[in-house]
Amino acid sequence: MLNYVSKRILIGILTLLAASIVVFIVLEIVPGDPARLMLGMNATEDAVQALQQQMGLDQPLLIRYFSWIGGLLVGDFGKSYTYSVPVLNLITERIAVSLPLALISLFLSTIIAIPVGLFSASRRGTMTDSGTMAIAQVGVAIPNFWFALLLVYVFAVSLRLVPAGGFPGWNAGVWAGLKSLILPSIALGLPQAAILARVTRSALLDVLGEDYIRTARAKGLTRRKVLYRHALRNALIPVLTILGLQFAFLLAGTIIIENVFYLPGLGRLVFQAITQRDLIVVEGVVMLLVATVILVNLLVDLSYALVDPRLRGRS
Amino acid sequence: MNLLEISKLTLRIGAFEALKGIDLSVRTGEIRALVGESGSGKSMTALSIMKLLPGGARTEGQIRFDGKDLLAASEAEMCRLRGNEIGMVFQEPMTALNPVKTIGEQVAEGIRLHTGATRAVAEEQTRAILDRVGLPAEKFPLSRYPHELSGGQRQRVVIAIACALKPRLLIADEPTTALDVVLQKQILELLQSLVDEERMGLLLISHDLAVVADMAHSITVLRHGEVMDNGETTEILTEQTHPYTRQLAQASMHVPERTPHHLTQTTPDGPLLAIRNLSRTYPGSRKGLFGRDPDFRAVDDVTFDIKPGQSTALVGRSGCGKSTLARMVLALDRPTQGQIHFAGRRIDKLTQNDLRPVRRNMQVVFQDPYSSFNPRHQAERLISEPLYLLDRELSDTERRDRVHRALERVGIPRADKHKYPHEFSGGQRQRLAIARAIITEPKLIVADEPVSALDVSIRAQILDLFADLNDRLGIAYLFITHDLAVARAITDTVMVMSEGKIVERGETEEILRQPRSEAGRALVKASPDLHKALARRIGEQG
Repeated sequence: MLNYVSKRILIGILTLLAASIVVFIVLEIVPGDPARLMLGMNATEDAVQALQQQMGLDQPLLIRYFSWIGGLLVGDFGKSYTYSVPVLNLITERIAVSLPLALISLFLSTIIAIPVGLFSASRRGTMTDSGTMAIAQVGVAIPNFWFALLLVYVFAVSLRLVPAGGFPGWNAGVWAGLKSLILPSIALGLPQAAILARVTRSALLDVLGEDYIRTARAKGLTRRKVLYRHALRNALIPVLTILGLQFAFLLAGTIIIENVFYLPGLGRLVFQAITQRDLIVVEGVVMLLVATVILVNLLVDLSYALVDPRLRGRS
Repeated sequence: MNLLEISKLTLRIGAFEALKGIDLSVRTGEIRALVGESGSGKSMTALSIMKLLPGGARTEGQIRFDGKDLLAASEAEMCRLRGNEIGMVFQEPMTALNPVKTIGEQVAEGIRLHTGATRAVAEEQTRAILDRVGLPAEKFPLSRYPHELSGGQRQRVVIAIACALKPRLLIADEPTTALDVVLQKQILELLQSLVDEERMGLLLISHDLAVVADMAHSITVLRHGEVMDNGETTEILTEQTHPYTRQLAQASMHVPERTPHHLTQTTPDGPLLAIRNLSRTYPGSRKGLFGRDPDFRAVDDVTFDIKPGQSTALVGRSGCGKSTLARMVLALDRPTQGQIHFAGRRIDKLTQNDLRPVRRNMQVVFQDPYSSFNPRHQAERLISEPLYLLDRELSDTERRDRVHRALERVGIPRADKHKYPHEFSGGQRQRLAIARAIITEPKLIVADEPVSALDVSIRAQILDLFADLNDRLGIAYLFITHDLAVARAITDTVMVMSEGKIVERGETEEILRQPRSEAGRALVKASPDLHKALARRIGEQG
């Protein structure tokens, strides 16, 4: 097991390295000069050159790459071109919003999806099952920004239970912060729950066809007990896989929802950085996301071994 | 009153009538065999008693257990009976246990459910029943997972689950079909002793009369959902008044007519297949950072020859290394040491490309005819697949001629070449597999348990086909099997394999009559034999 983890970490580091090269080169190729963009269209050539020199953009490609990578290794993500503050500060500020948002959405998605999947699978082929799955189908299909607007209209505008958007910052108190994350989490989490519920149901139905389910029934267990005691754990592997993918998506793939709710999250940070050619910010965020995805994948793979004893002690 | 009394049981699944008014009874302490071929309704009868039938199944008639009408019983009542009063053992031990729960949890679960015992008490009882079925504590702690056990050991766990609460009726649905003969004998003996100890009734389901002849008190023969024959075992088997019973019995003992290969005959070209000091080692699994289990020698210094046209059986228990040996002969796996010569040429080091002419002359037939075909291809395409091995590409007419000839040789009408695998029966599918193997006119066929997934009567037909092809086309066979009846039927020589080594070899008849090695004796002793079983019974009854 130790062996396996160290191997995986090594592969993770290599992946990060490859990602850093790709990110760096891609951003090098895309048109747009940060210095010119910062100074505006009317800037003189001299001024632009001076700024380029100051930002280090006149250095050869390789040198810039290694100084960037070297910085990352010691936790220096560089300085934002537009805001002139360390990138790390920008990222930590935004993560304080994005990470709780992603975790709450994921939590919502899980606590809704697994019971719904169980419920539906235990009533396979009945009207309840078809009805539940039809609702889940709608959940998968509707665009989340539209759903978000609907939530804002009902809960913020009409009922005035929660704010319609914005984030007061955690300094304003935990409850105030959480309150502004409620609607965005629902808007993000429910469609994910719909996907996860369908996956849970079909994984359960696969397992319910297995021989050992019949053995369990022959022991005298009721259908319901068989479902909880024997089927659920065996059905968890596909569910965990989807959960891992969802977490990566929820952390950064939420630009639209962040825009709808006017939240200062990672998605908006990247979006703005791209439009302003603040390449160093883009690079920093992307590297962080790659690292997160690698870590989450490792955790998911390790959790497989927790669920299934056959995967333990194998390298 | 009988413990179990089934009368006029009819079962419909959709429009299909799986059982057509069957009658069956089991007394306390009685072993009742339910025998029939696949599709006869044996398993459906068992599942009807348990009321675990697939959705959409409708039953009529009566099933009385200890006087209680089961068909009228509620699901809650059935849950109280299942695992408590009626236990069930299934055919496939490899999949019958939940892979994510320990064997202790799985046995204790039923005990706790029905008796409400505390965890500690249930574990104590679990330990006792596992000891009883031959899984002692030092080697099989409760914390073992199913994947850490072999097939025979898993079947013991399934039996422990079924017998933990000393049910009054035990249903065993082909409990040994997936096991080798030695394990089969052990498991049957275990069932017999449990039944004797607790005076259970046992409904023992099997497709082979020879398997049940030794222990069943009475036999019910089922065909297409109808009871064909029913009565006391010795009577049924000695008199064989019903033609279908006779057919089953004969199929079970069938020996194809064939001209034995003349072993003394000298062949100028030397052996067709020559294996020299062949070994295959698998590295032991890693333990921690530095430790490793010792290497596992699956095949250990094996040497033998097969002459052209000679039919040789390689017999041994599951896990003895016979399939690994076959894979190396077929060049699907590389030996760690030793040499393989085929038709005078060393083949164990050849590249895939150089193997083509070898593969043309050496084909294979696998155990499961269904899973070895692509379900989306028609028969014609399936059996003409190996033709790419020929040196030149065939014209369409030549290809069709070859397909027709191969089909004809295995006894399948030409018109069937457009059918898909699922449109053929199990026996026909194995014929197709043989057609595919002979289409390149090979000199050697390696057959890995080619008949063990087939019903007895179909098995007899396929064995005839193998014998016939050997006679007519002079194809040599390497027959891999754990079933001595198969070896006796169609091979000239036998090699007995045990723990990677060939421990005994010689002429088939001689070895089967008087095995000298321990492994050989164990196989012969465990092999189900209708003649012997009957002789013993009649002797006992005087």
